[in-house]
Amino acid sequence: MSWFKRVKEGITTKTEEKKETPDGIWEKCPSCKKVLHLSEQLENQYVCVYCGYQLRIGSKEYFEILFDNNEFTELYPDLTSADPLNFEDTKKYTDRLAEGTRKTGLKDAIRSAHGRLHGHDLVIACMDFSFIGGSMGSVVGEKIARSIDYCIEHRIPFMIISKSGGARMMEAAFSLMQMAKTSAKLALLAEQKIPYISLLTDPTTGGVTASYAMLGDINIAEPGAMIGFAGPRVIKETIKKDLPKGFQSAEFVLEHGFLDFIVDRREMKEKLASFLRMMAS
Amino acid sequence: MNDARVVLFFNNFYLYRMKASFDFEQPLVDLEEQLEKLKQVADKSKVNVSATIRELEEKLEHTRKEIYSNLNGWQKVQLSRHPGRPYTLDYISMLCDDFIELHGDRTVKDDKAIVGGLGSVGGQTVMFIGHQKGKNTKERQYRNFGMANPEGYRKALRLMKLAEKFNKPVVTFIDTPGAYPGLEAEERGQGEAIARNLLEMSVLKVPILCFIVGEGASGGALGIGIGDRVYMLEYTWYSVISPESCSSILWRTWDYKEKAAEVLKLTAEDMLSNKLIDGVIPEPLGGAHHDPQAMASAIRSKILSDLKILGRKAPAKLVQERIDKFCAMGVVNEPAS
Repeated sequence: MSWFKRVKEGITTKTEEKKETPDGIWEKCPSCKKVLHLSEQLENQYVCVYCGYQLRIGSKEYFEILFDNNEFTELYPDLTSADPLNFEDTKKYTDRLAEGTRKTGLKDAIRSAHGRLHGHDLVIACMDFSFIGGSMGSVVGEKIARSIDYCIEHRIPFMIISKSGGARMMEAAFSLMQMAKTSAKLALLAEQKIPYISLLTDPTTGGVTASYAMLGDINIAEPGAMIGFAGPRVIKETIKKDLPKGFQSAEFVLEHGFLDFIVDRREMKEKLASFLRMMAS
Repeated sequence: MNDARVVLFFNNFYLYRMKASFDFEQPLVDLEEQLEKLKQVADKSKVNVSATIRELEEKLEHTRKEIYSNLNGWQKVQLSRHPGRPYTLDYISMLCDDFIELHGDRTVKDDKAIVGGLGSVGGQTVMFIGHQKGKNTKERQYRNFGMANPEGYRKALRLMKLAEKFNKPVVTFIDTPGAYPGLEAEERGQGEAIARNLLEMSVLKVPILCFIVGEGASGGALGIGIGDRVYMLEYTWYSVISPESCSSILWRTWDYKEKAAEVLKLTAEDMLSNKLIDGVIPEPLGGAHHDPQAMASAIRSKILSDLKILGRKAPAKLVQERIDKFCAMGVVNEPAS
């Protein structure tokens, strides 16, 4: 005999009495699997209150966290991707772009803005992973290039928040050349002695790692972020061995000498402010 | 580092490529066989077949021209990987009267996949840097199949800085299936090494010429590819990813590599029409491996004539033009304001 017996058969709640949870209010932490309420996320700078996991967020949230009173002027917001190669794989590139915009409300995988961080002028170019995997195509390169020109003209420190799967395959060699373009512009920024902060967030890989993400006067990262050049699957297939635990994590990259420090999102604004203050005085 | 299985994998890969001829070259192989047989017949019996031989030779010549002038993207990718093609050290030895190879990045080790050194071309001292592949199994392993580790890119940068210090121009030869995707490569900062080269090369105060002489795969190629003039040989490719990897990512199988080669627009011709390179250097009929000397002499005259022009420019102007060139690359839509 079972110790539990169902008294009523099936689901007895009437359809019209069914309660729905509105979308986007609750989210499960991908690390500890506990459920987080949106208000908790907002209060805690999108860091899990239980395990400290830094949730994946986009430019909207980063601007909100870093700019004073969430006030900023967006730079070059109207640039959109062209399709110079008429690229088509299983889908047309133009369809992928339209779908990306429909899903995210974004025009491409980066937004750049001029605002203030604890009173310090700062231009931040922030990548959005939700738009075609944060891939770097002509728009990403061009916005970064123009933002650097803007920083040189107004003598304002520059920051890039990287979050990308790498170069955008649908623009092939055009996207490859964005690596050259952004690196060349950063060389000009360096000549002007204007500080450039590179923040690497989860994930930063491929052509982005091999260009602007690794070229900061300081390179910093969020805890636990995956950072690397080649993808772990490719490396595993090449060397035919399992990869060590923590391979390509921010902590691993720091240990090998390619980051200046790792900063929790909840302390990021303070730490950036002290850096900017020290550079300015 | 080189697990035996990896070596085996790459060897099989190369053996597959080693086939003396590709599928699209089959008509030529057939004609050549016919011609050979006919010549044997002519030797044995005293029948006069010279007219037929001449006819066949003409046909062979005609077919050859037709095949090589109508290659598609994938066929060019195959030709770019032909194991008989000249590699960096071959070009250097054909170009230079004198050459001193220089080794090491002064930090970790000497990467064998990127070579470099000072050479003398027509009385002019040039710093040569290039990817190096191997000619046989042992050499290929030694050269890591032309896939450099971070220390390779750092050696390249050291040599460029040396060239800059003594005001010598830099010539690079690009031929790589990609930067090495290994564990140690990540530990030693593959991304940082390439990124640093992109930045430093864009402001190097001496002329830089880049020649894509085989495969130009992504960041691994670009890491020594920022030049005042970037040329591709006729049967080479240059893109953000190899057609095989592109196929496996976008179609989730390797079967679409030909289609990928098409859509990536990776041939010299396409790259030139998209203004992503400065010129295409025609190859001898059938490819550089059919006449390495002729190929080298075409490269040599390009080097000499370009250095004459670039050498006259003030360093600041040279750098500015180089940066402007790369900054103009990319296509975006922008509403008229």
